Amino acid sequence: VHNLSLSTRRPHFDKILIANRGEIACRVIRTAKKLGIKTVSVYSEADANSLHVLEADEAYCIGPAPSSESYLRIDKIIEVSRKSGAQAVHPGYGFLSENAKFAERLAQEGIVFIGPPSSAIVSMGSKSESKNIMLAAGVPCVPGYHGTNQDPKRLFSEAEKIGYPVLIKAIHGGGGKGMRVVSNPSEFMDALESAKRESLKAFGDDGVLVEKFIERPRHIEVQVFADTMDGVVSLWERDCSVQRRNQKIIEEAPAPGLSPELRADLSEKAVAAARAVHYVGAGTVEFIFDKDTQKFYFMEMNTRLQVEHPVTEMITGLDLVEWQLEVAAGNPLPLTQSAIPLVGHAFEARIYAENPRNDFLPDSGSLLYISTPIPTHTFAPSLTPLSSGTAQPTRREADTSSVIAPSLRLEQGFAQGAQIGVFYDPMIAKLIAHGRDRNEALRILRRALEEYKVVGVSTNIEFLRTLAGNEAFIQGDVETGFIKKHYAELFPPVPEPSPELLAQAALYVTLRDIPASGGHLSPWTSLGARRFNGDVHERTVTFSKDEPSAVPTTVKLRSTSSGHFDITVARSSGPSTTFTSVYARLTSPNTLAAFSQRTTIVSQLPSPALLSSTSERLHIFSANGAKTTLALPAPSWLLSLGGDLLATSKGGLRAPMPSLVVEVKVAVGEKVEKGQAVVVLESMKTETVLRSEVAGVVKAVGCTKGEMVEEGRELVDIEADADSY
Amino acid sequence: MNSLRRCTRRKLHHASVIPSLVSTSSPEFRKRAESMDTIVADLQTKLAHARQGGGPKAAERMQSKGKRLPRERLSLLLDPNTPFLELSPLAAHGVYPGENIPGAGIITGIGRVAGRECMIVVNDATVKGGSYYPLTATPVDDDPKQVKKHIRAQEIARENRLPCIYIVESGGAALPHQANVFPDRDHFGRIFYNMAQMSALGIPQIASVHGISVAGGAYVPAMADENIIVREQGRIFLAGPPLVKAATGEEIDEETLGGGQMHSCESGVTDHLARDDEHAIAIARGIVGDLGAAGGSVVPPAAFSEDPLYPPSELHGIVGTDPRQPFDMRDVIARIVDGSRFREFKKEYGPTIVTGFAHILGYEVGIIANNGILFSPSALKATHFIQLCSQRQIPLLFLVNVTGYMVGSKAEKGGIAKDGAKMVRAVACANVPKFTVIVGGSFGAGNYGMAGRAYSPRFLWMWPNAKVSVMGSGQLSQVMATVSRDPSQHASLKAEIESQSTALYSTARLWDDGIIQPTDTRDVVGLGLALAARGRADMHGLAHTHSTTQWEGGFGVFRM
Repeated sequence: VHNLSLSTRRPHFDKILIANRGEIACRVIRTAKKLGIKTVSVYSEADANSLHVLEADEAYCIGPAPSSESYLRIDKIIEVSRKSGAQAVHPGYGFLSENAKFAERLAQEGIVFIGPPSSAIVSMGSKSESKNIMLAAGVPCVPGYHGTNQDPKRLFSEAEKIGYPVLIKAIHGGGGKGMRVVSNPSEFMDALESAKRESLKAFGDDGVLVEKFIERPRHIEVQVFADTMDGVVSLWERDCSVQRRNQKIIEEAPAPGLSPELRADLSEKAVAAARAVHYVGAGTVEFIFDKDTQKFYFMEMNTRLQVEHPVTEMITGLDLVEWQLEVAAGNPLPLTQSAIPLVGHAFEARIYAENPRNDFLPDSGSLLYISTPIPTHTFAPSLTPLSSGTAQPTRREADTSSVIAPSLRLEQGFAQGAQIGVFYDPMIAKLIAHGRDRNEALRILRRALEEYKVVGVSTNIEFLRTLAGNEAFIQGDVETGFIKKHYAELFPPVPEPSPELLAQAALYVTLRDIPASGGHLSPWTSLGARRFNGDVHERTVTFSKDEPSAVPTTVKLRSTSSGHFDITVARSSGPSTTFTSVYARLTSPNTLAAFSQRTTIVSQLPSPALLSSTSERLHIFSANGAKTTLALPAPSWLLSLGGDLLATSKGGLRAPMPSLVVEVKVAVGEKVEKGQAVVVLESMKTETVLRSEVAGVVKAVGCTKGEMVEEGRELVDIEADADSY
Repeated sequence: MNSLRRCTRRKLHHASVIPSLVSTSSPEFRKRAESMDTIVADLQTKLAHARQGGGPKAAERMQSKGKRLPRERLSLLLDPNTPFLELSPLAAHGVYPGENIPGAGIITGIGRVAGRECMIVVNDATVKGGSYYPLTATPVDDDPKQVKKHIRAQEIARENRLPCIYIVESGGAALPHQANVFPDRDHFGRIFYNMAQMSALGIPQIASVHGISVAGGAYVPAMADENIIVREQGRIFLAGPPLVKAATGEEIDEETLGGGQMHSCESGVTDHLARDDEHAIAIARGIVGDLGAAGGSVVPPAAFSEDPLYPPSELHGIVGTDPRQPFDMRDVIARIVDGSRFREFKKEYGPTIVTGFAHILGYEVGIIANNGILFSPSALKATHFIQLCSQRQIPLLFLVNVTGYMVGSKAEKGGIAKDGAKMVRAVACANVPKFTVIVGGSFGAGNYGMAGRAYSPRFLWMWPNAKVSVMGSGQLSQVMATVSRDPSQHASLKAEIESQSTALYSTARLWDDGIIQPTDTRDVVGLGLALAARGRADMHGLAHTHSTTQWEGGFGVFRM
C-alpha cells in the first residue's frame, strides 16, 4: 500500500560499484544480487583474495595495501566506475563514505553517490557547524567549545570554562579516532597533541572541539532515512553504550528501558536533525543520554550506513541497503513512519582481532582457523504486523505486534586464511541475534559466540560471551563506562586448565602425528608407535599456559591398546591425576573425541623467525565454548640460543604488536625520565605511546619513523640509572 | 597396475585362504596356550628388567647431572608415533655370573628419524658407565657381548643400507681386559673398520657425543661422517687426565682436554656444538633430514595390508612349548600373513616342507616352513622354491621347526646328503633377503637348510620356546648312550645341552637378533621386509654399483 505503483516507480541501477571492503562490501553485494543488480568491487593488493572480490561480478585492483593508496583514491574509483559502467557507487562505512569531495566528484562525473548530498556531509562532518545547525533546529546539544580558534591555549581555557572532565574530539572525526577524555588539566596538552595528530592522519584535518564529558552517559542513536522528496522517517533507536577505547563492540535495538514517550521524542529530534540539513539516504543521529538526568543531547550525525545497521533491520524486518538503493534511484521511502514496525529485540556483537585482557590492543595476523555458528538468515526476516490493517498514519508509537521466530545472522568479510593486517580495521565479523525479547536475543547471541572459533589472532569473542552473560548487562543497566565499572566481573581470573583439558591437549599432540590410514603405507609409518615384547611407547608432553612465566605441566601418555591411553597429568601444585584406558581419536584434523565430548583443538605454529622466543600454541575450544591456549614450550636449548641473540636489558622497549612507527621521540645518548614518551606506534589506525619504564640513558634505537615493525621487535634500549628501581 | 592387482587377488581369494581347524576350547590347545603364556610372561619380566638398564640409582645419578637417560635420548631421536625395532634386548643375559649387564650395556635397534629408517646405537651409561668391557674378571665367554652387539647392528645397517646414528657415552675398552676386546677380527677395531667401510659405501655415519668418549671410544665420533658434541658434557680424548699425567706429567682437567668447546673451536674433531642432550639430538635429526639420497627412500608395499583372518593370539595354543608336539605350520602362516592368504607351491609334493607365496603388511614374501622331517623330495621342493624366489626377487621367510634331514639306509640310498646339500646351497646363494623365525626347534643340518645364523639371514628371530642345537637333547643322550660307556655323564651332559639350546641362552650370546613374542611375528617380519625393500630399491637407484653390499652371484654347482 505504501509502495509507489509500478508505473511511477523509477528503475534500480543495473550496475553499482562498492568502494569498500570486508563485510560491508559483501553485505551490499548481497542485496544487489537479490535485486538483480550487477556489482563491481575494488580492492587493494592486500585484498586480492578477499570475499568481496570473489563475490562481486567484476573486481578491479586499485593500488597497494595502504588505504591512502587504494581505498581512498577517488580518481582510481571513478576510473573503475567509468571503465565498468557502474551507474552508482556505494561507499559502505569508513573510507570515502563521509567524504564530501568524493560525493561532489561523483556528481560531476554523472555517477550517483549512494548517500547524502555533499552539502549534508559537509554540514554534519564538522562537529562545530553541525552543533550550530542543531541548536537552531531545536535539537539539544552538549555544552562545549566548537569555535575555529585552535590555539592550544584557547582550547585549554575553554576546557577550564566547561569544567573537567572534558572531551577533545576531532571536528571531522568519527569512530573514536582523534578523541580523548581529559580528567585533569595536567593531561590536557599531551592529549590535545595526540588527538590532533590522529585526526590529521585519519581525516586530513587537525581541528578539534572541546565539550563537557558526561560521567554516566549512554550512547543512543537513531536510524533515520530520508528521500529526495522531503520524506524523513525514523527506524527507531539503537543503544551502543558498551564501548571500549571509545569504540562500539555490542549494539542493540531497541535501547533498553526507554519509555515510549522518550522513544518518540528521540525519533522526532532525529528526524528534525535530518531535515535541518536536507538529508537524503541512510543516516544516524547520535545522542548522548545522561543516565542521571534522563536528558539526551545531540552528539553528531553519521552520514552513512553504520556497522550496526543490522540490529535495526532485524527489529523492523527491513533491508536498509535496499532502501538506500531505492532512495538513490530517486524513489520515495518505501514505508511511512506509522508502518515501520519494531518487533522483538536484536543484538549485534562485533568480533575484533584484539586482546581484551591487554587493554583491547588490536592484534593482527592470519586467520588460521575459523569455525562459525550456522546463521538462520541472510537478511532480516520480513515482518508482517498483525495490526497492519488498523495502522494509524499519525501514530507516534511503534508497532510491536508481529510474530517472530528467533534468528541469527552472520556478517563476515573474511574467510579462513585471510590476513587481518595492520592496514585496515581489525573487525573480523558481526553476529546478529534477534529474539522475541531481550533475554531471548541474548541467549541466542551467547550460544552463537560459543560456536564462533577463531585461531590466528587474539579475539574478543570470550569477552563478548562474558559480557553477554553479565548480570548488569542482562538487566539492561548499560552506560559507556560499563566495562570499567564491571571490570572485575568481565575479567575474572583465568582458571587453571583442568587435568582433563590438559589430557585432551596431550592426546591431540600424540594423535595428530599418526598418519592417515589407507593407501600403501610402509609399516614404519602405519604401525605407529609400535613396540615389542611388552614394551609400550610412553610420551611425555609438556605444556605451559600461554605466558612466559607459567610453570610447565607434564602429561605422560602410554598407548595401551589401539586408541586407548593411560594418562598421568602432573601439575606443578597439587596431586597428579591419572586417567586409565581413555579412548581417544581425532574425528577431524581439529576435533578430538575423548572423555565423552568433542573438543576443537587448533595448533598455531610460531613464526619461524621468532622460533627462539615463542613456542607452538594449542588453542583448545571446550564443549562449553571456553577457549584455553596452552603453549608447548620450546626446548631449553632453543631458548638459550635465543637468549644469546636477544640479550634483554631491563629498560628495553619492544613493539607490543605489529605496527607502524609514527614517531621516535628520543635519540641515542639522550636522558629519559620514567614515564617519558619514547616511541609512538600505530596499529589498526590506533596510536599507542610507549613510555620508558625506567629513568636512564638511551643506549640504542632500533627503529625509524615510518617503519613497519613486527611484534617483539626491540625498539629502544634504555640503560637504567643505578638508582632507578 | 593397482586395479589389475586387485582383480587378480579377488580371483585367488577363496582358493588361497588357509582354513582354520583350530579348536580353541580343546584341552590340548589350552594346555599348549597355558605353557606358552607362562614362557612369554617370563620373557616380558626379563625384558622389563633389562629395559631398566643399570637401575634407578644409576639413572638418578645421570639425571642429576642434567643428562637424559639413554632410552630418553632414543625417544627424542625417533620420530613421534613411529615403531622401534629393538635388537637383542637380552644380550649378555646371565652370561656373566654374579653380574647384571642389561642388554650388554648398549641399546641397538632400527627406528625412524626424520622420516628415514636408521640404525641407532645408544651406549647405556647407566650400565657400568657404558664401557666396552668383557665386564667380569673371569668371563665365561671370551667374546665381549657389547662389542658383538655393536658389530651386529652395523652388519644389519650395512645389509639394509641404514644410516647409522651412534649416541655415544662410553669409557671405551677397559685396559685390563684388552685381550678379550682388542685383538680379534670381530673385536673393538671392527667397529671402526665397519664405519669406514659403510661410509665408503655411502651409508651415512653420524655420532653424537653425550658423555665421555675415551680411548677407542674416541674413534666413534672421529670416524663418523658428521658428529655432534654436548657442551660441558661430552668429552673426547685418546687418554684421560690420569693417563696424560702419567705419560707427560701434564695436569689438565677433562673439559679443557677434550670438551665440546675445545673440539668445536680448536681441534675440529667435532662439527656441531650442542647446548644439551636435547639440542644434540635435534641436530642429529637435522643431519638425517638433510641426508638426501644417501638417507634411503621409502618403498611402499605393493599391496594394501590386510589383517589375518584369525587372531594371532591363537599362536600360543597352536604351537605350545614342547618341541616334540607336532603342529601344522599352515596354522601359524594363517595368523601371520595378509588376509590369511597363502598361494601354496607344490602342495602335494614333499609335504614335510610347506612352500608358497603370501604378503605380510603388503609386502610380497616367499615362505618356507617345516611340517616334519626333511626328506629328499622336501629338500628338492625347497630348492626349487628358493630358485623361484631368487629369480623373481621375492624375499624369503623361513618359519623353522625342523628336527633335521631324514637318516637311515633308505634315505642315504635316495641321496638325502646331496639333496640336502642342494637346499643348503640354494639357501646360501639365493640373492634375495632372507628372514628366519625359529618357531619351534632348529636342529642339526636342518638349521643350515632353514637359514640358520651361519646363512646370514637379514634377521633371525626366535620365539621364546625355540630350541637350537646340533640335535634334540633326547636324541643326543641316546646317541651318547650308544657311543659312550659312562652313563653318569649322560644326565649332566643332557642338562647342559638342554640349557644351551634355549632361546634365552642363544639370545644372550647374540646367536639371534632377539626373542620375539609369537603375536609380534607379523609386525616384526613386516618391518624387516620394509627395510629389505628399501635397501634393494636404493641399490638399484645407485648409478655406480661398483661396491655393493649384496651378493650378485649364481648358485654354483648343484650335485645332481
